[in-house]
Amino acid sequence: MEDGFQATVTRTEAGTVINMTGTVNRSAKEGLESAYEEATGSQGRVLLDFRDVDYINSTGIAVIVGVLAMARAANREVGAFGLTEHYREVFNITRLADFMTIYDDETAAVTAG
Amino acid sequence: MVQLMKRRKSEEAASGSPDAQPVDSRTSLIGAIPIPPGDPLETVLVSSGGPVELKDLELESETLQALRSAGVELIVPLIGQGELIGALYLGSRLSDQPYSTDDRRLLGNLASQVAPAMRVAQLVHEQQVEAKERERIQQELQVAALIQQTLLPKELPAIPGWHVDAFYRPARAVGGDFYDFISLQDGRLGVVIGDVTDKGVPAALVMATCRSMLRAASQRHDSPSAVLADVNEALVPEIPPAMFVTCLYAIIDTEAGEVVFANAGHNLPYLRHDDGVKELRATGMPLGLMPGMSYDEVRYQMSSGEVMVLTSDGITEAHNVEGEMYGFPRLMDRVSRQPSDDYMCTALIDDLESFTGSELEQEDDITLVVVRRISSAQAAASAFEGSSQVLARFAVASEEGNERLAIERVAAVIGDLGLVTSRLERLKTAVGETVMNAIEHGNDNRPELDVDVEVRSTPTSVSVRISDQGGHRFIPEAERPDIEAKLAGEQTPRGWGLFLIEQMVDEVRSDSDGDSHTVELVMNREGDS
Repeated sequence: MEDGFQATVTRTEAGTVINMTGTVNRSAKEGLESAYEEATGSQGRVLLDFRDVDYINSTGIAVIVGVLAMARAANREVGAFGLTEHYREVFNITRLADFMTIYDDETAAVTAG
Repeated sequence: MVQLMKRRKSEEAASGSPDAQPVDSRTSLIGAIPIPPGDPLETVLVSSGGPVELKDLELESETLQALRSAGVELIVPLIGQGELIGALYLGSRLSDQPYSTDDRRLLGNLASQVAPAMRVAQLVHEQQVEAKERERIQQELQVAALIQQTLLPKELPAIPGWHVDAFYRPARAVGGDFYDFISLQDGRLGVVIGDVTDKGVPAALVMATCRSMLRAASQRHDSPSAVLADVNEALVPEIPPAMFVTCLYAIIDTEAGEVVFANAGHNLPYLRHDDGVKELRATGMPLGLMPGMSYDEVRYQMSSGEVMVLTSDGITEAHNVEGEMYGFPRLMDRVSRQPSDDYMCTALIDDLESFTGSELEQEDDITLVVVRRISSAQAAASAFEGSSQVLARFAVASEEGNERLAIERVAAVIGDLGLVTSRLERLKTAVGETVMNAIEHGNDNRPELDVDVEVRSTPTSVSVRISDQGGHRFIPEAERPDIEAKLAGEQTPRGWGLFLIEQMVDEVRSDSDGDSHTVELVMNREGDS
């Protein structure tokens, strides 16, 4: 099991991608929020890349809600890709999916831009 | 230690090295010449009070010779709290003039300012090294725990007329305890309990090897003593020096009720019968110490209602805050006082915990295997009632992140029950959230308090019971979080745990008895999503 969290920001023509690695729990707050701030240095939407995330718990969902709140306040579109079937279900149940576009994979996310 | 040396530019040119290209900087970092502890040069530098010229020194010191050979003329010691923490090595001046009093004063002042910063940097570095070492040890312990937990039985044997129970709780440093149930021909059951000396990954690897050898040998031999002798021969050349394995192997004829066992230096089993309790004595050397060992073999005819208790020394050698040991007499007494029912395991662990208290960290792995021959009346009642079977009981300490240990263990235990992946994942999430709540809210993140987990199955469902020590607390109803309010900043972004738990499983039951609080998660085994 992978502990710890890392986020790296990559700018693409389709938006700014935040690639997350490891565990999304309360410890991810600082890393994800600073990655989001870095991402908002560019125009356009922010894409959360969950491919390398192996575990998300309720405190991690709270962190994602916090980032979504910042994005809403700034009128910035947020998308996500790389979620497992299970976490897609969790995002649906929690209604996170109502406030961010969930893409099947990176290609779909980038193409949609 | 930092050693800087200023070389003459002409020397650099003469050396012909790539470094000798014309550059603006006339200062270059040269290979370090360390001053070993105890070298007389160290004493001179510590007591010098300032820069030291090598030409003034007459010492029996290889370091001094090496410095002279390297062209060093002046050493500026960096002293912190009376210790030599570094030194600047200087060659001759570019002007070929000797170092002046002003030069030496300037260098002395520089050294007095650099030294404290150097010391801080060294301390930071040392702390980083220590932190990395702690992280490495922690990772090693996780690997060891994973090896052990992966290899322990994922479910208890369900045998008509018998009740088999087990308890295993690793110490933080993860010892080498193990137990195993092996299905043999003709409905016989092999029962193993063992303990590898040493801790961590080495013990876990020896445990894995020994377990495989026992499983293989148990299929080749009908006699427990032959199995242990065989494993001993195979283990002696494989096991690292100074390690060995204590092990008891019993074969139970579940039809006739006869138990045959042999013992390689392990705790003797206790047999609870109508008139009290007795030790079943069989002796033999631990496995892996020396070749050519033979083992006593003891037979015992178990009657209905009799209970055999196998333990590891993590129980008998546990201490309380006064330093007293739990010991065999207390264990024997507690076994004798427990009725012949399904709760021997729980009763013994409860007694051990009331003895040790919650302040002390568990010293060694604790393993308990209990085998009871059910009376015919109880067997009939049990067959009538059916169904619920304990697959595993374990505990995790109340430390952040330990919910993942519980998730992995539960997933391993129920992996073979045929839950579809989506339902398995949902149960895992519910287990994680419930254990997190137990750690944070029930046990206030106090590592000395355990979160107890019990996994049960029935023909139609799987249930996971998670208990903490917060039975006196008020538990709020799960509310559907208002995400709009959270996104608008009107509510905290948190508060998803209870909601998720209820959404993930088919049924959630909870119960408090004033001391402990238990949440039971029930997932039906049938269901597509």
